[in-house]
Amino acid sequence: MSLPKEYDDLPGTTVFDAEQARQGYHLNMFCMSLMKPENRAAFKADERGYLDKWPMTEAQKQTVLKRDWNGMLALGGNIYFTSKLAATDGLSFQQIAAIMTGSTQAEYAEMMIKGGRSPDGNRSKSEWKNRG
Amino acid sequence: MARIIAGVATSHIPAVGAALDNGKTKEPYWRPVFEGFDRSKEWIAEAKPDVCIVVYNDHASAFSLEVVPTFAIGCAAEFPIADEGWGPRPVPPVKGYPELAWHIVQSTVLDEFDITIVNKMDVDHGLTVPLSLMFGQPKEWPCPIIPICVNVVVYPVPTGHRCYMLGKAIRKAVESFDKDLRVVIFGTGGMSHQLQGPRAGLINKEFDHRFLDNLTRDPEALVRIPHLEYLRETGSEGIEMVMWLIMRGALDDDVREAYRFYHVPASNTALGHIILENKT
Repeated sequence: MSLPKEYDDLPGTTVFDAEQARQGYHLNMFCMSLMKPENRAAFKADERGYLDKWPMTEAQKQTVLKRDWNGMLALGGNIYFTSKLAATDGLSFQQIAAIMTGSTQAEYAEMMIKGGRSPDGNRSKSEWKNRG
Repeated sequence: MARIIAGVATSHIPAVGAALDNGKTKEPYWRPVFEGFDRSKEWIAEAKPDVCIVVYNDHASAFSLEVVPTFAIGCAAEFPIADEGWGPRPVPPVKGYPELAWHIVQSTVLDEFDITIVNKMDVDHGLTVPLSLMFGQPKEWPCPIIPICVNVVVYPVPTGHRCYMLGKAIRKAVESFDKDLRVVIFGTGGMSHQLQGPRAGLINKEFDHRFLDNLTRDPEALVRIPHLEYLRETGSEGIEMVMWLIMRGALDDDVREAYRFYHVPASNTALGHIILENKT
């Protein structure tokens, strides 16, 4: 029994709810560990070996190794935690936002300067049916 | 008697702090953002608060997922600046006001708000960027700060109504503190923005302007906005606007709008800012 998730109809959005937080706990705590310089160095030296110290699922580890930012969110990652992995890679918030939207950083920055993504056409999954 | 004289709401975008810290405030992209706060700096210099209560959220800096308090209050004498991955921001440490903070704890808990007492807490951009926007780059912050930290990351986050009622309880607490103090309360975060997933970059100017309008004249219309509406209309991180309702709840029903500023974009976000004064 769980509470209704009306927000599941939102397109292109993962709400970090109880279920996501539960399954993503170790993935997010791995990201949190990258706040320490010595841990960043250890991770960079041996990514797979470092990940194997965390009780994450293999699927979660693969999303990290592949830098599949949307995949991490789907498996319980939260953007404030995964952004620490991005920082370890030297990427800004806007750079990973561009990657998650499937656009180049220049295209994404241009969209923001023009006023951002309109809510029109982006409120329901039914409006995204025809997207590839 | 201590009293709340005004409320300040502002976004707390990390890139704004980075632009300031790296001397980019005159660049064409950032200039309008910082000029939008020129009047605000004058206002707060004239208002001369003795203490500021700053409502903000932590971004996986002080709190990981090990402990996630819905509402927390900083009762320490000092709060170090968090290292968010690029070293701590070069801003002064934040001095607290333990006597008033503990008083707020006592009063709000007896008012049935079970706020978490925190005596050790690094503060991140959520708190320091609003201070920088309002106070500039002083050697020391001009007054003590009481941080109130709200969970807006793990759903469900507190409702707008709950936040508004907490604001009222904070006001009651402040007004029962036996010292003449002028208090300004900050609500931070927002406005519309989404940082994650294929829908990142969402901005809703119409919603934001309506929110600013109603913040002054009809906050009761805002407190019933459900989470789903924030998520759908303002992006997944627009929910931070519930923290503005804590600020609003701590003010008079009838307030004067002293200043407003709105700018798109600041990095991924619609930057919103408003100053509301109590008339009494």
